[in-house]
Amino acid sequence: MLADTTAPGTEASTTASTGGPTTSSGRPPRSLFAGRPRPGEAVIRLVLRLAAGVAIVTTIGILIALLIPAIGFFREVPVVDFLFGDRWAPRFADASFGVIPLVTATAWTTAIALLVAVPLGLGAAILLSEYARPGLRKVLKPILEVLAGVPTVVYGFFALQFIQATVFREWLQLDTGAFSVLAAGLVMGIMIIPTIASISEDAMSAVPMSLRQGSAALGANRMQTSLRVVFPAALSGVMAAVVLGISRAVGETMIVAIAAGNQARIVTGPLEQGQTMTGFIASAALGDSRVGSLEYDTLYAVGLLLFAITLLVNFISIRLVRRFRQAY
Amino acid sequence: MSSSADSAPMHLRATQSGAVGPVVTRPVMRVEGVDVYYGDFRAVTDVNLEFGLNEITALIGPSGCGKSTLLRSLNRMNDLIDGARVEGEILFHGENIYGKGVDPIEVRRRIGMVFQKPNPFPKSIYDNIAYGPRVTGMRVDSMDDLVEESLTRAALWDEVKDKLKQSALGLSGGQQQRLCIARAISVRPDVILMDEPCASLDPIATMRIEDLMQELREQYTIVIVTHNMQQAARVADRTAFFTAQVSEGTGARTGVLVEYGTTAQIFEDPQDQRTEDYISGRFG
Amino acid sequence: MMRSLQDSLAGAPTMPLKTGEAPRERRPGPLIFLVLLWLSLLIAVVFLVTLIVNIVLEGGSRFGLALFTEYPASSPDRAGARPAILGSMWVIGTTAVLTIPVGVAAAVHLEEFADKRHWFNRAIELNVQNLAAVPSIVYGLLALAFLSLLGVRDKNIVIGGALALSLLILPVIIIATREAIRAVPSEIRDGSLALGATKWQTTWRQVLPASVPGIATGSIIALSRALGEAAPLLLLGALVFVSFDPNGLLSGFTTLPIQIFNWTGRPQEGFHELAAAASIILLGLLLLMNGLAIYIRNRYQKRW
Repeated sequence: MLADTTAPGTEASTTASTGGPTTSSGRPPRSLFAGRPRPGEAVIRLVLRLAAGVAIVTTIGILIALLIPAIGFFREVPVVDFLFGDRWAPRFADASFGVIPLVTATAWTTAIALLVAVPLGLGAAILLSEYARPGLRKVLKPILEVLAGVPTVVYGFFALQFIQATVFREWLQLDTGAFSVLAAGLVMGIMIIPTIASISEDAMSAVPMSLRQGSAALGANRMQTSLRVVFPAALSGVMAAVVLGISRAVGETMIVAIAAGNQARIVTGPLEQGQTMTGFIASAALGDSRVGSLEYDTLYAVGLLLFAITLLVNFISIRLVRRFRQAY
Repeated sequence: MSSSADSAPMHLRATQSGAVGPVVTRPVMRVEGVDVYYGDFRAVTDVNLEFGLNEITALIGPSGCGKSTLLRSLNRMNDLIDGARVEGEILFHGENIYGKGVDPIEVRRRIGMVFQKPNPFPKSIYDNIAYGPRVTGMRVDSMDDLVEESLTRAALWDEVKDKLKQSALGLSGGQQQRLCIARAISVRPDVILMDEPCASLDPIATMRIEDLMQELREQYTIVIVTHNMQQAARVADRTAFFTAQVSEGTGARTGVLVEYGTTAQIFEDPQDQRTEDYISGRFG
Repeated sequence: MMRSLQDSLAGAPTMPLKTGEAPRERRPGPLIFLVLLWLSLLIAVVFLVTLIVNIVLEGGSRFGLALFTEYPASSPDRAGARPAILGSMWVIGTTAVLTIPVGVAAAVHLEEFADKRHWFNRAIELNVQNLAAVPSIVYGLLALAFLSLLGVRDKNIVIGGALALSLLILPVIIIATREAIRAVPSEIRDGSLALGATKWQTTWRQVLPASVPGIATGSIIALSRALGEAAPLLLLGALVFVSFDPNGLLSGFTTLPIQIFNWTGRPQEGFHELAAAASIILLGLLLLMNGLAIYIRNRYQKRW
């Protein structure tokens, strides 16, 4: 069984295929140059690289897909009229393509969502990061995850049927129609809480324990430590969370498509209805627009604007996250 | 058995432990003017060493002196770190392991390594041993025999023979480390590099590993990095002492080889003041 | 100064440790703060519970076998969600097949093989981060344009929807897989490589098996997101009257979220009940998937 305890390399069982090391013998061993050929390895590396390249292809694809029809659109409609025009009526006989009404509706729903999500999300983050013991976190985090997992059409249905119809109109007797940016924004805010909470919590958890201990050693209580030491130290991460929240609110489609309304008007109050950028894209998609038609191109012009806004916001967020990663 | 360029005349051969001459007579590996860089940072500079057949060579020195870095460049594990680079030559049986066309995979199979922290795979004891032969495509008549042989050589067989199918993670730290040694010898390397193999073990487990090293010396060339001077004195035939040189301009620490010789000479008659200071505990 | 130090050393502190006031953590300010923190979480939980109760109350009466077996109809009394349920299964199944291998492969490339200093790999990292935050509807615009480019006339096909959803969740799977791979200790890789295993052998036999729970968790969560997603499919024209079972990659389809959207927009109260009932199915599926993901995470989370 133990073939030759003094010279393992000379054992017949293994030397045949590999040439075998010749340790004790002093005989020159097989050259290091003659590695086993491994063509498969190179193929696999290429496949992996191609898979990773899908990310780049997707981005380029999005840019091309949006730009080409958008260029067609801007041949017909001057950029200035699009960006600064205050009347959005693409399907009317005297068509007008001022995007401001869509932008105001998006701004309203986004602002309302943030008003809900930022305080609640940060509160949850501080609770999880500074107060909760591991056992409690194990219970609370899945709840937040479920909140993030509810489909947006269900949120939309709830915003329309319960928040707007039952709460606002029936219970509170508010002077509002079937839709409002408030109902959509409110529910969207709840939807964004997990995003803001989890990224902020990551940032706060990354703050070194020594800072907290230093603060506690000076006699500060937990609230003071959380607000004056941890929060400022995690600020860029918290900002990144808020910025990502903005990006999600701007890009959210189903809630606003269902509950915010479908008339493109400049929104001046939270109880009014309004059509957001995403709401327009969703509703226009329902109509039958042929490739190359102005209607089709309009879809992509709004899509391009939406993409540009979220891209800008995302880059700000990525920058901020990098900063807090560097800090610790 | 034919004689190679490396092998010395018969009468000069180191025969058994304790009979180590002042010169390495049968070098298996030779380090010639080696510098190791991480990017622009020079971690180790100008190392010249020889590791002889059936000898244990200890690399000692204070932390940050580059001894682990050097060890990891001896089997090209440093290749895996972005930006790591070796200058100079490391000859294995006369062949530069950093030479053009050399396959680092083959280098690592021939020059095994045991790590500071026991790192058994999250698999059964049996599969831990069989892993190396399988991935390197070794033709094995009986894997069972090979597993038994490797475990026996690592002085672990009797303890685990009844639980080969159980997870290796269930073993004690010392057993895990002997498993890792068994794993390393399963692919039949010529050289075994050990990076502070006892650093995370208790004294009794450490003693068993040291005994094992003495047995393994009969068949392998062993290079061990250790923080523990007593360990070096106990197990090593030769000892190389490293220290960190602090650059005046940048404050960068670069490891240098201070002194190299038989363990007896290094510990009893150090030629360099820095070695003497370290050995006598005045520094380090 | 010297004096007081001596005093305190002598056992006579200048200020008593018992101040007579409430302990610092129990004063009104900190207490109110803590209450507010709990309140923020409580509001979210109450909202979630209200939503679920509301949906169940509204849709409970319509939640029955007919919902699973009937086809949509112009009258709410006879309508069901059978094609939508089957459509969701087709689209999500296809999405999983398309996206998990690509996502895992991309993550393996980024974590195990890529030289992080190379521009190509940095570009990929930036792209993945950015794509993760691109609005879902933009993926719909992409899929629509792509299918138009291919000259596909009827764009509401299973493979088209799966393509849009795959690209949507690809970054999620990549990010989750990268985290799972990163959690595998480097000692395991070193141990394998030091035996003469190649990088791919090490990845395939050590790293990936150890990452399976993390990859599974991430994939399930990503797929649950795709399952609930409607916006990109809307652009492909999935909001059509589908009264047949989808039967292939080129088959027309609708999905549960789209069906819910459709019913929500109808004026009749009966359709709203159906929307709520279909929402129960969707929520149930999502809770199941999330629960499974959490279970896998807790059960198999390795402590190295």
